[in-house]
Amino acid sequence: MSVNRHVVIIGNGISGVTCARQLRKLDDQVQITLVSGESAYFFSRTALMYVYMGHMKFEHTQPYENWFWEKNRLALKQAWVKSIDYGSKNILFQSGEKLAYDQLVLAVGSTPNKFGWPGQELKGVQGLYSKQDLELMEENTKSPVNRAVIVGGGLIGIEMAEMLAYRKIPVTFLVRETGFWNNVLPQEESELVGRHIGSHHIDLRLETELKEIISDDQGRVRAVLTSAGEEISCQFVGLTAGVRPNVDFLKGSDLEVNRGIKVNLNFETNLPDVYAIGDCAEFQQAPAADRRPIEQVWYTGRMHGETLAHSLAGKTTSYQPGHWFNSAKFLDIEYQTYGTVPPVWDASQIDSFYWEHSSGKVSFRMLMDKSGRLVGVNNFGFRLRHEFFDQALREKWSGTKVISKLSQANFDPEFFAPYHLEIQKDFKRQFGGDFTISKPSFLQKLFGAKV
Amino acid sequence: MKLIQKLGLSLFLIGLGAFVLIPFLGSYSLNEELIIANTKEIHQEQLLEVLSPMLGKAYSSNFEFLGAFSENFDGYNDQLKAEALWDQVIWDDYSFAFALAGLTSPVQSNPWLFFALSIGLAAFGGLLYNLPAHRDEPEGIKNNGVFHSSLKSKGILGMLTGSFLIIFYIVLYWFPAYLVNLVAMVSPISELLSGNPASQWFLYGLIYTLAIIVMGIRMFRKYRGNKYQQLRTASVMFFQTAFAFLIPEILVLLNQPYFDFKNIWPLDYDFFYDYQISTFTSSGGVGMFMLIWGILLIIIGVPTFTYFFGKRWYCSWVCGCGGLAETVGDPFRQLSDKSLKAWKYERYIIHGVLVLAVVMTGVTIANYFSGFSFLGNVTNQLHSFYGFAIGSAFAGVVGTGFYPFMGNRVWCRFGCPLAAYLGIVQRFKSRFRITTNGGQCISCGNCSTYCEMGIDVRAYAQKGQNIVRSSCVGCGVCSAVCPRGVLKLENGPEENRIHELPILIGNDSVKLNA
Repeated sequence: MSVNRHVVIIGNGISGVTCARQLRKLDDQVQITLVSGESAYFFSRTALMYVYMGHMKFEHTQPYENWFWEKNRLALKQAWVKSIDYGSKNILFQSGEKLAYDQLVLAVGSTPNKFGWPGQELKGVQGLYSKQDLELMEENTKSPVNRAVIVGGGLIGIEMAEMLAYRKIPVTFLVRETGFWNNVLPQEESELVGRHIGSHHIDLRLETELKEIISDDQGRVRAVLTSAGEEISCQFVGLTAGVRPNVDFLKGSDLEVNRGIKVNLNFETNLPDVYAIGDCAEFQQAPAADRRPIEQVWYTGRMHGETLAHSLAGKTTSYQPGHWFNSAKFLDIEYQTYGTVPPVWDASQIDSFYWEHSSGKVSFRMLMDKSGRLVGVNNFGFRLRHEFFDQALREKWSGTKVISKLSQANFDPEFFAPYHLEIQKDFKRQFGGDFTISKPSFLQKLFGAKV
Repeated sequence: MKLIQKLGLSLFLIGLGAFVLIPFLGSYSLNEELIIANTKEIHQEQLLEVLSPMLGKAYSSNFEFLGAFSENFDGYNDQLKAEALWDQVIWDDYSFAFALAGLTSPVQSNPWLFFALSIGLAAFGGLLYNLPAHRDEPEGIKNNGVFHSSLKSKGILGMLTGSFLIIFYIVLYWFPAYLVNLVAMVSPISELLSGNPASQWFLYGLIYTLAIIVMGIRMFRKYRGNKYQQLRTASVMFFQTAFAFLIPEILVLLNQPYFDFKNIWPLDYDFFYDYQISTFTSSGGVGMFMLIWGILLIIIGVPTFTYFFGKRWYCSWVCGCGGLAETVGDPFRQLSDKSLKAWKYERYIIHGVLVLAVVMTGVTIANYFSGFSFLGNVTNQLHSFYGFAIGSAFAGVVGTGFYPFMGNRVWCRFGCPLAAYLGIVQRFKSRFRITTNGGQCISCGNCSTYCEMGIDVRAYAQKGQNIVRSSCVGCGVCSAVCPRGVLKLENGPEENRIHELPILIGNDSVKLNA
């Protein structure tokens, strides 16, 4: 088979791998090489926590069997990149080897934020992002840890807390904000998660910042000092105050780098034949009103990859994200969101409907604009159907219509409690609306869980 | 681990230890009356002569007794075989009957005491271990440490457990004479239920049922908050206890044929054997009902229920093999092989067994209606081959013994001809599918890891593709373990059930098929 050009993708995470796979589907001639220092094969980063907790082995996090890459002629190169010569189109590896490319895709991901805390490089202090971080965490928690401190209340922080709890390591969780993840979640949801964290015996300290990490005489963490002036003795510190684009090794060249690699909506950088996708890319302008210039979730990484593959195959395609959605799991509580639900909103523009189950572990929020149109939903502790809300948002359904059809949106397993009935009743109470409340089926009535 | 759970585990192990030791109790001796009472008339004279060296001797262990028995009995047969005197060879296996009859053991005088010390203690210990499990934890997925457990991840405990199960099945199927103490021990229970003394099959059925109940309770604890898992576990516990264990025994008490109303051909491979048909036809209305019921299940029950609900209605809600797999086997579900290669083998093997079962049954029926002029006794050879290779070796030894090596559905996935039949209906004519929730999959792999049938669920989920697979038993665990709410077992219209070209929701830049 004649090869027409060589596309090299640095990074074998979800964006890079999706781009490679889609490009192979669209173009049989192109030579594709995936470069990664982190791991020989693509794995799901989001599943690293399950490896630590013994739910899975590392190989289970690999979505494709090892023969897949050769079968699809996706060459894999495991090496760390030292520098890139954009003029001669060559990649220099730390090993001294070189690799020439015709087109280059930078999908180099993120790295944990460290805000210059004193002691942040001590032994026993780490973030959690890469496979190497996971291995380090195994190492760091092998010797007895009487207490761990986690700094930063986001998704990685709570994952780390759950991981440590599995190893029976008591956790103190320092969160700068007044509520858990309340720069993303509205107050009630943030409180719901906060309560759940407490029920897992995790010591959540809100409005508390890290001041300093204190060393013992062997260069290992011994304690942390908080903004409240308290010294907490600990042998492990998790730094989980978000991630930033992993671009330090790219700085100081012709490539335009700000917080991330600057790209337009075609993922083109300022240099010809060089593209950037995924966590490491920073859009010159946000791709949509409710989007940020740096998108750091699994789904957007995948979409970047899908979109760029089309451009690389000759059909220049601009990134045009659909309606926002996301999901996460906070210990035992699942969370999904569809559309836009900011942490705070202007009550003169937006109406909010909030329902919470008496258990305090299940909730539903729907935001509507003043004409009653759906803006977005948050659901905790039960599952809702993506397709349903994608359609509702696309067709600009009213909130009332969404609620009246909510039984169709239910994605919980059969016989689970029909929360949508309670939500419908509560909505009717708060907002009125002319619709009939759904009825559970006969079998559901007979065997189903009660709300 | 809580103190009470530790106590439970200890009691279970003591009970298990007693269960293993009991077969070695007592002594054995044979006399003429015993031989005559336990022998077919045509063999009585021969056997009295062949076994004469054993008469009146006391053997202090089952090994000694059965060693002497086979020395005399097999020696006699071997000589006849060498001389090609085939019609004089004794083909019947009398070892179990003689061992049971010749046994003198403390178990016989105190069966309830020994039962309480062995099976009773193990079951009680199991309950003590399972009932308080996860008591102080919130509802949620309890897979912590599965791959750090030696038992659950093919470590030394897993190897030992698997070896123990394999040995147990080999002894049960082919050397039951070594288990006569245990059979005598459970005989009073059998007599209470059916009025008859126990056989090794009664012993097996009793242990099997208790195991499903004790480990079913473990499932209730593990899946607290998951009504689907709890209901289907309750269902398999009910069907095993009532339909597979109690009702057949009670039928015998009422002088009716032994019959499991939920067992379906071709899993129930001897349903059309001539002796079964004769039993049905000679047992009046009840026998005829059983015959018709069994046939209706095959031709109407299976396609209809599978059309509406998928094969799960049987495999993970009713079936006895499925019941054991879903309760006792649950700790091993993650050990199934997810590779494409395993799927290829699976399809050849399971459909091969289905063809074999159908051909065997077809030949049997043809032979029956031709008055045995068609093939004579050849079908008996076929039956014994199938019974040995599929019924015992595959379904029993491999099917259960390999739980700790290849996961809890080895038989259901690779061997069960009924699963193959249900699967064909499920794949081509059913409303059942597992839907994936738009673009929400993060490819974490929990679903694939915990799929007991070795389906690479993630491969579908990350493409936004419905999962329509003949092998899926609808256990619902992929949906339970998914951290992002991506998977849902659904029955719905056949239209668009099979997505050839799925589209992931959420990216308006391109329309593509992932």
